[in-house]
Amino acid sequence: MIWLTWRQFRVAAATTAAALVVLAVALALTGPELASDYSAGITACTRDGGCAHFFDRFFDDYQAPFQAATVVVLVLPALIGLFWGAPLITRELEAGTHLLVWNQSITRARWLAVKLTVTGLAAAAAAGLCSLAVTWWSAPLDKSAAPGFTLMDPLVFGARAIVPMAYAAFAFVLGVTAGLIVRRTLPAMALTLAVFAAAQIVMPLTVRPHLLPPVSSSFELGPDNVDSFNKSGDEAFPQVILDEAIPGHTGAWVLSSRLTDPSGHVVGGDGAPVTVRVSMTSGPCAPSQQAQDPAQGFDACIAEINRLGYRQEAIYQPFERFWPLQWIETGIYVLVTAGLAGLCFWWIRRRLS
Amino acid sequence: MSAVLQARDLGKKYGKRWALRECTVDIPAGHVVGLVGPNGAGKTTLLKLAAGQLTPTSGTIAVLGGRPTGDPAQLARIGFVAQDTPVYAGLSVADHLRLGARLNPGWDAALARERVERLGLDPRHRAGKLSGGQRAQLALTLGLAKRPELLILDEPVAALDPLARREFLQGLMEAVAEHELSVVLSSHLVSDLERTCDYLIVLVGSRVRLAGQVDDLLATHHRLTGPRRDPGRLPAGQHVVSASHTDRQSTFVIRTGDPIHDPAWAVSRLTLEDLVLAYMEGPAPAQGRPVLEVQR
Repeated sequence: MIWLTWRQFRVAAATTAAALVVLAVALALTGPELASDYSAGITACTRDGGCAHFFDRFFDDYQAPFQAATVVVLVLPALIGLFWGAPLITRELEAGTHLLVWNQSITRARWLAVKLTVTGLAAAAAAGLCSLAVTWWSAPLDKSAAPGFTLMDPLVFGARAIVPMAYAAFAFVLGVTAGLIVRRTLPAMALTLAVFAAAQIVMPLTVRPHLLPPVSSSFELGPDNVDSFNKSGDEAFPQVILDEAIPGHTGAWVLSSRLTDPSGHVVGGDGAPVTVRVSMTSGPCAPSQQAQDPAQGFDACIAEINRLGYRQEAIYQPFERFWPLQWIETGIYVLVTAGLAGLCFWWIRRRLS
Repeated sequence: MSAVLQARDLGKKYGKRWALRECTVDIPAGHVVGLVGPNGAGKTTLLKLAAGQLTPTSGTIAVLGGRPTGDPAQLARIGFVAQDTPVYAGLSVADHLRLGARLNPGWDAALARERVERLGLDPRHRAGKLSGGQRAQLALTLGLAKRPELLILDEPVAALDPLARREFLQGLMEAVAEHELSVVLSSHLVSDLERTCDYLIVLVGSRVRLAGQVDDLLATHHRLTGPRRDPGRLPAGQHVVSASHTDRQSTFVIRTGDPIHDPAWAVSRLTLEDLVLAYMEGPAPAQGRPVLEVQR
């Protein structure tokens, strides 16, 4: 049975392997240069203290290949579900060959078990290798990524380390299940794509933030978490926009970043400008003070706002939880995959007869 | 007489539609059994149930004394060549033999190789590029080489041209003679079965209309042609299968074990096809009435 599975699967396997080799070669050729650029830049910037600037420039330079590599890892599981999973059984049903193979001296449960195991492991291995290569290649970029592209951010998180393997196994078995239930290849592919895409959207938006209880805490305002500070001409008070960042917790996944006023009430935030009732006519925030020394003036003004009692109220998952979250999410997908596989076995015995 | 297939009130429902309903049939061992009936009579469903590819919605079925549940031991005893003789288009002839060898403990590699050679199939040829006749022969080879006790073939020659039909059926007959297996073969064309089968079952609307050895059936059925007469006035031993009348003349197809003495009748023999058509056209037997069976 393993022989037959391999015989039917080898073209698809070879195609995928060839694509992965192309990707690996591209990454292997560009990776060392990327790493040396990074270490050279870090050495230079620690000497003259402009690392933030270096990170921005470095990430900007490589943003296109970074995003492309990330997208490859995100898309691969979906492709596996569509082209390995969905046709696995519909192909047999459409050609009538299930009647040939299911009449050999082997139960259809065993037939399905071998098919699911061999192809499912290949799916996980393909996604694992792809993720491994991309994770290795993008390590310097992940360290310097702009907000929105850090390791903990939803899109990048799903394209690094071990979760892509679980996604691929899930997508594959999902495709097989869809094929068993709808029995025709194209509708099964459409169903697989729809359900997989929905899972990939629902998971980071509603499930992943709560896999571990998020930390909620308040922080003083400072250059790390204040994006901008403006006063438009006719307003009495200035407006502050908070960054999606936590002071002292670089790389944290910020779920909410809001401003609280001196009485502790939330007055707004999450990227929207918030009015801060700090005097603009006298004190550190007065334009006359600002004009003398803009850099120091900004710090003094922020210090004044802090003194009045304004704080950043943040809910976040610290960067240290990257691996715990990876393991938990992998575990969830493995469980769901096992459940779907169980459904397949039940269906192939009870419903497809 | 042991039965290779025994069905009691067998039924199979797809959604709300019954594909086979209250089917009771016994198929004796050691025959090449032809299963005929119009399209939609439930032939395919009955054969798939027998091969263990379907599970019955109601009733029971026993094949070779066991329930066709799809367990490996039972699967090994039954060969099944499905409708349109499916094979893997992307796999070569040699791959198919290898498939059979790997999936069947009782695989007869010599038989398979020898058959493929005799048929002149190139082992490297992809099954998708074979002609319909060659594909059917390949499927038959797979069915035979697993050395089943019962071989079930569902409309194996329906899509073949007359020459390929004859070759296929000839090949089947040779294998039957050589390996002494029971065969159940379905078709909606009697002419396909005439040369091959020694036992015939006519299935119409899930019901067995006629079952018996071909020789007996032909010996006990007659066509009577003569002056117009009411069917009720025929002797008691003569059962009317079908009747047609013109103004002056009546034609009956009757079944009887006794000789026909009435000189008013012109008696002629029936071909198997005439016989089957007479039963397919004739009125359905009333509910609950025992099925007409002719046995020695």
